[in-house]
Amino acid sequence: MSYCYNTPEDQRQMLQAIGLDSLDALFDSIPAPLRMQRALDIPGAMGELELTAHLAQLAKRNASPSEKISFLGGGSYDHFVPAVVDYVSARGEFYTSYTPYQPEVSQGNLQAMFEYQTLICQLTGMEVANQSLYDGGSAAVEAVLMAMSVQRRQGRVVTAGSVHPEYRQIIETYFANLKTQLVTLETPQGTLPPATLEAALSDDTACVLVQQPNFFGCLEEVEQLAEITHRAGALLVVVTDPISLGILKRPGDYGADVVVGEGQCLGTPMQFGGPYLGIMACREKFVRRMPGRIAGQTVDRQGRRCWVLTLQTREQHIRREKATSNICTNQGLFALRASVYLAAMGPTGMREAARLCLQKARYAQAQLFASGRLEPVFAAPTFKEFVVRDRLADVDGLLADALQAGFLAGVPLGRWYPQLSDCLLVSVTEKRTQAQIDALAQFVAKTTPIKTVEHAKHA
Amino acid sequence: MRNTRDTQLLFELSKAGRRAVELPACDVPQEPIADLIPARLLATCDLPLPELTEPQLVRHYANLSTLNMSVDTHFYPLGSCTMKYNPKRNERLAALPGIVDLHPYQPDESLQGLLALLYGLQEMLSEIAGLDAVSLQPAAGAHGELTALMVAAAYFREQGERRTKILTPDSAHGTNPASASMCGFDAVTVNSTSAGFVDLEDLKQKLDDQVAVFMITNPNTLGLFDPYVRQIADLVHERGGLIYLDGANMNAILGVTRPGDFGTDMMHYNPHKTFSGPHGGGGPGAGPIAVTAQLEPYLPSPTIVKKGNGADACYQLDYDRPRSIGRVRSFFGNTGVLVRAYCYIMTHGPDGLRRVAENAVLNANYLLSRLQPLLPVPHGPRCAHEFVATALTLKQQRGVTAMDVVKRLLDFGYHAPTVYFPLTVKEAIMVEPTETESKETLDAFAETLRQIVDEPPETLHAAPLMTPVSRPDEVAAARKPVLRWREAEQPSQVEG
Repeated sequence: MSYCYNTPEDQRQMLQAIGLDSLDALFDSIPAPLRMQRALDIPGAMGELELTAHLAQLAKRNASPSEKISFLGGGSYDHFVPAVVDYVSARGEFYTSYTPYQPEVSQGNLQAMFEYQTLICQLTGMEVANQSLYDGGSAAVEAVLMAMSVQRRQGRVVTAGSVHPEYRQIIETYFANLKTQLVTLETPQGTLPPATLEAALSDDTACVLVQQPNFFGCLEEVEQLAEITHRAGALLVVVTDPISLGILKRPGDYGADVVVGEGQCLGTPMQFGGPYLGIMACREKFVRRMPGRIAGQTVDRQGRRCWVLTLQTREQHIRREKATSNICTNQGLFALRASVYLAAMGPTGMREAARLCLQKARYAQAQLFASGRLEPVFAAPTFKEFVVRDRLADVDGLLADALQAGFLAGVPLGRWYPQLSDCLLVSVTEKRTQAQIDALAQFVAKTTPIKTVEHAKHA
Repeated sequence: MRNTRDTQLLFELSKAGRRAVELPACDVPQEPIADLIPARLLATCDLPLPELTEPQLVRHYANLSTLNMSVDTHFYPLGSCTMKYNPKRNERLAALPGIVDLHPYQPDESLQGLLALLYGLQEMLSEIAGLDAVSLQPAAGAHGELTALMVAAAYFREQGERRTKILTPDSAHGTNPASASMCGFDAVTVNSTSAGFVDLEDLKQKLDDQVAVFMITNPNTLGLFDPYVRQIADLVHERGGLIYLDGANMNAILGVTRPGDFGTDMMHYNPHKTFSGPHGGGGPGAGPIAVTAQLEPYLPSPTIVKKGNGADACYQLDYDRPRSIGRVRSFFGNTGVLVRAYCYIMTHGPDGLRRVAENAVLNANYLLSRLQPLLPVPHGPRCAHEFVATALTLKQQRGVTAMDVVKRLLDFGYHAPTVYFPLTVKEAIMVEPTETESKETLDAFAETLRQIVDEPPETLHAAPLMTPVSRPDEVAAARKPVLRWREAEQPSQVEG
């Protein structure tokens, strides 16, 4: 099966027009020894019906949140997606178009990009936003590289153990080939103590990277961190959870210089980690050092308002090795979804979603701790996620039993934090109901030996 | 016919009190927010987002969408972008529950179907490349390039070598030198010959033991398969360097020749091009890379490994990769794009993939033969999957530029080809028809171009005439950037 139109007769006529006598002759510029003498060793073709059955079979071997109650988070979340988001992104005029290099036939995409940039500014409290990067993690590394370039400081970048460990790993990977040092401050109480930050800053620190709410779900004292960072002449780069901004102070309102975040929660399905949406916004004065595509407003020959890709002299197709980044993609379709999501939610919907997350997470904490088996780890206030310690120190066993019982109960933290190998990160979105939370708590209680419960009562 | 009222900006359509989403009431006992979060961390007012209804949003976006050209609606011969048909089955299958809704941190045992699929894709990409190992992690072609250069850097570090240079041909995509400098290398340009191939003499001059990687696009951006690619690889290998293949043009060689067979050590795929992932208005893509066995230990972590066989087979994410460069993005990778690529490859099978290449190359050569009398193709008369014509004569004789010509094509319902790239051809018009177009479409396109080149220059300078807007002022847009909507009383400007 293929999607080609050419019939054998078409092919014959076309070959004749070219002056060739066979399809093989099309490839005669490839030296004969380099041409394959056999067919590719891959499975044989499947028709649509067989392929559909094959994929359904594969899908059945996965546990999806429609059958397992999910409390997984850590940067990817099971938030509700209104149908209008799917409707818009399923329009072929959007999803089968390409980068709007021809503005005359791309005004739909360009206007949607301009609206997205505005919505992200409204959401984060920042002055300008780009048209998105690959994901939250690559947005974080690009933000750090941008801060180094703006500040002309290449010596060190300071971050905290409470920032998403994979985002920090990405920065380490990128830094392996540069001269900059990544300093990661410990966060034994779940947040970054301002005094710890103050002691770590130096004249050659380009920026400080923090996350709010952080990877443990805890809230950092961001205003103090901003003040300390700026006093040292460094920039503050904040990783934000867009959903939290329905209730928390916006990064732009507490002094962030660059804001990045994972936009998956704004209407993009979890799809096992990608494609996602790397949000980036910053102060206006840094815009010419910002990576990625940017749409700008202008007028056409007749004075009609319209939009174009602008400030392209930053980009690789013009500047080549001097570009601000090698990036030549935006996550256009997911930026579009985020726009529709934010416009559909509006100020009220965003506030409601954030409050539901907060209240339900709070309720879940109380219920899970009441089980006796799980106990709190950090005292800092939290938003929609929190860390729990298994008093039985058997996180793997708990998760395996929970999966059997129909729960994806949490993300084990030992892979990134050996000292938290008896801990789980539990996430609660607005989609979880009281009944589901109660069911998880009851399940955990059932796995708890009586003496642990008694011990917990007296603890 | 055009609805201009509903395509005002979202912010202009907004009215306080409207809404499109209502979430359920809170079903758990609530605590006062002030008891949960200190006031200093809380917002003091609602977000300043627009307020709209669902029908209003639908009409807004449905009307906006009609202002776009797309593969679903128009012939899109955008050279180097491979704008082929995006199969609808792939969209449906990638959206299946049990695939679209999986969390990246689910335990492996709850992901066996998906991991089997992704493992299968690793295997197929490895076979199609003729290389030993694959990482599915990079998020786009340029990201794959950067990742592969990091792999090379790690490899040389372990060899105890510090090589500083990356060579790229002058016809390369801009991402190649940009990736090189992000990875801490110096990018050095190698000239092309007048025939459009890598200049072997220039290569020999610039090749020394400081060269880590030669990045080659083959077929190159002129749409030519470099017949000396094996010699180039041998020269680079003799000096201890590695060959990187920019896989943007794999559509031309699927099942015909394999990068590993012509000396490539590392490459990236653009599954959104070669394997039909929709471009989504500029993304998402994906950028899986394939490498030789000697480079496998450095691939990003995790990869997927298979344990056991037959009914006992199980798949695991392998994080135990001590020599790996680490991570280049969060979570696994752009799974949604990879699932579509898997569906595409499974739909075609070995013979089907070869037919893709045959028809892509046939269509391009046929269109080249039709256009060459109108616009010279300096590196013709034959090509791979795309070719670069030039409007230079037209410009010299009648003052008509490549941009004029392609803007006029928009009036006739064709997306413009890529212009002014590659940089090695003046007034370049780069055409890639792809295999999913008919002879009738190609004939009609050629006929339209024949009409256009005979039109009065004034008509062409004025083009496009029938589009919603015409030749936006890009200079003004860059000089005084307006990058977001603001309330009228707060005009915004960036210093120029």
